[in-house]
Amino acid sequence: MTTLTPVLTRNWDQADSFTRAGYEREGGYRALRKAFTMAPDEIVQAVKDSGLRGRGGAGFPTGMKWGFLPPSSPNPRYLVVNADESEPGTCKDIPLMLANPHVLVEGVIISSYAIRSNHAFIYIRGEVLHVIRRVQRAVEEAYEAGYLGKDILGSGYDLDVVVHSGAGAYICGEETALLDSLEGFRGQPRLKPPFPAVAGLYGGPTVINNVESISSVPSIVEHGADWFASMGTEKSQGYGIFSLSGHVTKPGQYEAPLGITLRELLDMAGGVRAGHRLKFWTPGGSSTPIFTDEHLDVPLDFESVGAAGSMLGTRALQIFDETTCVVRAVLRWSEFYAHESCGKCTPCREGTYWYKQMMKRLEAGQGTEEDLETLLDISDNILGRSFCALGDGATSPVVSSIKLFRDEYLRHFELGRCPFDPAKSTLWGGAK
Amino acid sequence: MTYEPEVRERLERDAKEIIGRYPRPRSALLPMLHLVQSVDGHITQDGIEFCAETLGITPAQVTGVSTFYSQYKRAPMGEFHVGVCTNTLCAIMGGDQIWDELTAHTGVGHDEAMPDGKISLERLECNAACDFAPVMMVNWEFFDNMTPEKAKRLVDDLRAGKDVAPSRGAGSLCSWKQAARVLAGFPDGRAHEGVPAGPESLRGLELARERGWTAPSPDEDREQPHEPVGAGEITDPPPNEPGEPIGGDVKPGSQEGRNQ
Ligand SMILES: Cc1cc2nc3c(=O)[nH]c(=O)nc-3n(C[C@H](O)[C@H](O)[C@H](O)COP(=O)(O)O)c2cc1C
Ligand code: SF4
Ligand code: FES
Repeated sequence: MTTLTPVLTRNWDQADSFTRAGYEREGGYRALRKAFTMAPDEIVQAVKDSGLRGRGGAGFPTGMKWGFLPPSSPNPRYLVVNADESEPGTCKDIPLMLANPHVLVEGVIISSYAIRSNHAFIYIRGEVLHVIRRVQRAVEEAYEAGYLGKDILGSGYDLDVVVHSGAGAYICGEETALLDSLEGFRGQPRLKPPFPAVAGLYGGPTVINNVESISSVPSIVEHGADWFASMGTEKSQGYGIFSLSGHVTKPGQYEAPLGITLRELLDMAGGVRAGHRLKFWTPGGSSTPIFTDEHLDVPLDFESVGAAGSMLGTRALQIFDETTCVVRAVLRWSEFYAHESCGKCTPCREGTYWYKQMMKRLEAGQGTEEDLETLLDISDNILGRSFCALGDGATSPVVSSIKLFRDEYLRHFELGRCPFDPAKSTLWGGAK
Repeated sequence: MTYEPEVRERLERDAKEIIGRYPRPRSALLPMLHLVQSVDGHITQDGIEFCAETLGITPAQVTGVSTFYSQYKRAPMGEFHVGVCTNTLCAIMGGDQIWDELTAHTGVGHDEAMPDGKISLERLECNAACDFAPVMMVNWEFFDNMTPEKAKRLVDDLRAGKDVAPSRGAGSLCSWKQAARVLAGFPDGRAHEGVPAGPESLRGLELARERGWTAPSPDEDREQPHEPVGAGEITDPPPNEPGEPIGGDVKPGSQEGRNQ
């Protein structure tokens, strides 16, 4: 049986967890002191050896990404933290920064030192005022303690950190769109290559990492790569925060080794809400193909979820019970992608628009089986032909729902309306 | 219309500080748009021209950026900007019903303000709080586990001028303009207010404590977690202008409605 492994969440129940005093009482900033006894390359090596893979969705090995920076370059190097958390269902970075902003700040300092950057940015989505306050304050406190600024802890190393608020655009979570946004432009993805590691922010070599990735670095430095790698599976090492939401008895954040299953997590969370059963779920946000109760025992690691036809993504486990209309769910996600498409490329801009129009009609019961083939055709024209992964992600709910729930679409057409009562799915409608 | 000299002077001072944070001035544009919104309440022609002049770009360039982002408003919003998450998970958990009842209750729709200027509404995409669904935001502070009744009472209380506290956030709501100023990067000294985490955020940790589950322990000398410190014991930083914690109708982390 897999058990929970609180590391990043370990101090969240301390009333002062978000202050420097509270963080240091639990051993915070010890890793920073240790890091300065190591050469930058040793830290990069430790992160490589730990097996840490990006926690922002794609799972790219973090140490390897850092290793791509050219050894020297005429332009300054930058670390940019992606704190834009906007993928539907994803809700781990926001509570992490609210309760434990210093672990992120400590991670930023160690990571910047490792990649020899003297300027880091934390790009936080703008719609989370109190989280922004907490991170602003944590950075201020780090300056006051001499953890930021000039000659940090007598190491000779200088670092400045800027907290930057976004302004409401999902696409700015895409790393190159984020860079454009941070440079003061509309957030639209850039052509790759060149990759940010070579030419990123202001053209300088840039590392972009997710909040949780960077926050995992202090524990790796403090306890060692082997310690980190002792958790998780062979190719998906370490711990991660799993977010359970929806029709589950105890929704919330569960920090566990990668490879835990939904069955185990649901068990810990009191199961699907009383009197109901699991219908479908997302393993990693709305951009990952949906699963059903047949996938309860899929180990939630990058390889196993991939082999089962979806993606681990951000471990955003949105749970829907049998009262939920899958067509309605997919319609709403399609509206989201149409709204958030940045408009730069045709397959995504036009495709998500058509998705939205068609799904609206189908949900209202005005469709035919032929429409499903048209939807799959549109999907073929988006997937792999879009400029960035937003377009690909938009196809996931559509294609996977048609595959798994074709009959439910057909039932809408037969009845000429949606067969479900939305009141039954609500938080209060679940009363029996 | 242009800014009064004192307003303009303050804007210039703030803009200078913002620009100073970045290696290149243009990076200051998003914070500066938050800044002018904190003065005007929305993005006005004055604000656009101020940003353009200060950064040496054209008003058209500024407009092109401001219209890309949903937090920059083209028309005046209310003193309290009320958002309802209607992305899939919240919608299904009741966000759709909340939205329908709230629009009927207030008579305004998406990105519209009530005539008294107190309240405006917005349909939100996922606000990264899905474990607290259905979720609402007021001036970008979290209101968790909402119901249509709680939503309507919340709006009524705000209109009546009552102090209201978010579930996870400051001790009381600040105004829409004040919030925009924080987003521009000018802290308001309220980071220490409110809970570290909502009850849902702690579910996994509590279970781990109950069952004695921990991450593998590398160094034996590692201290075990202390007993939770009481809220009253937080001293750093000293509270400045503590907001009255509001009992009121919307209780922080209230579980009303779940599985009843
Ligand atoms: C449309 C879109 C939105 C994204 N949103 C986020 C986000 O909010 N946070 C995040 O960390 N990564 C997001 N990503 C992934 C980033 O592009 C990038 O892979 C990630 O930040 C890299 O960090 P990591 O390697 O530490 O995971 C998004 C990607 C796409 C295509
Ligand atoms: S796939 Fe969509 S979001 Fe990405 S560049 Fe194309 S239009 Fe923009
Ligand atoms: S879907 Fe509403 S907060 Fe995520």
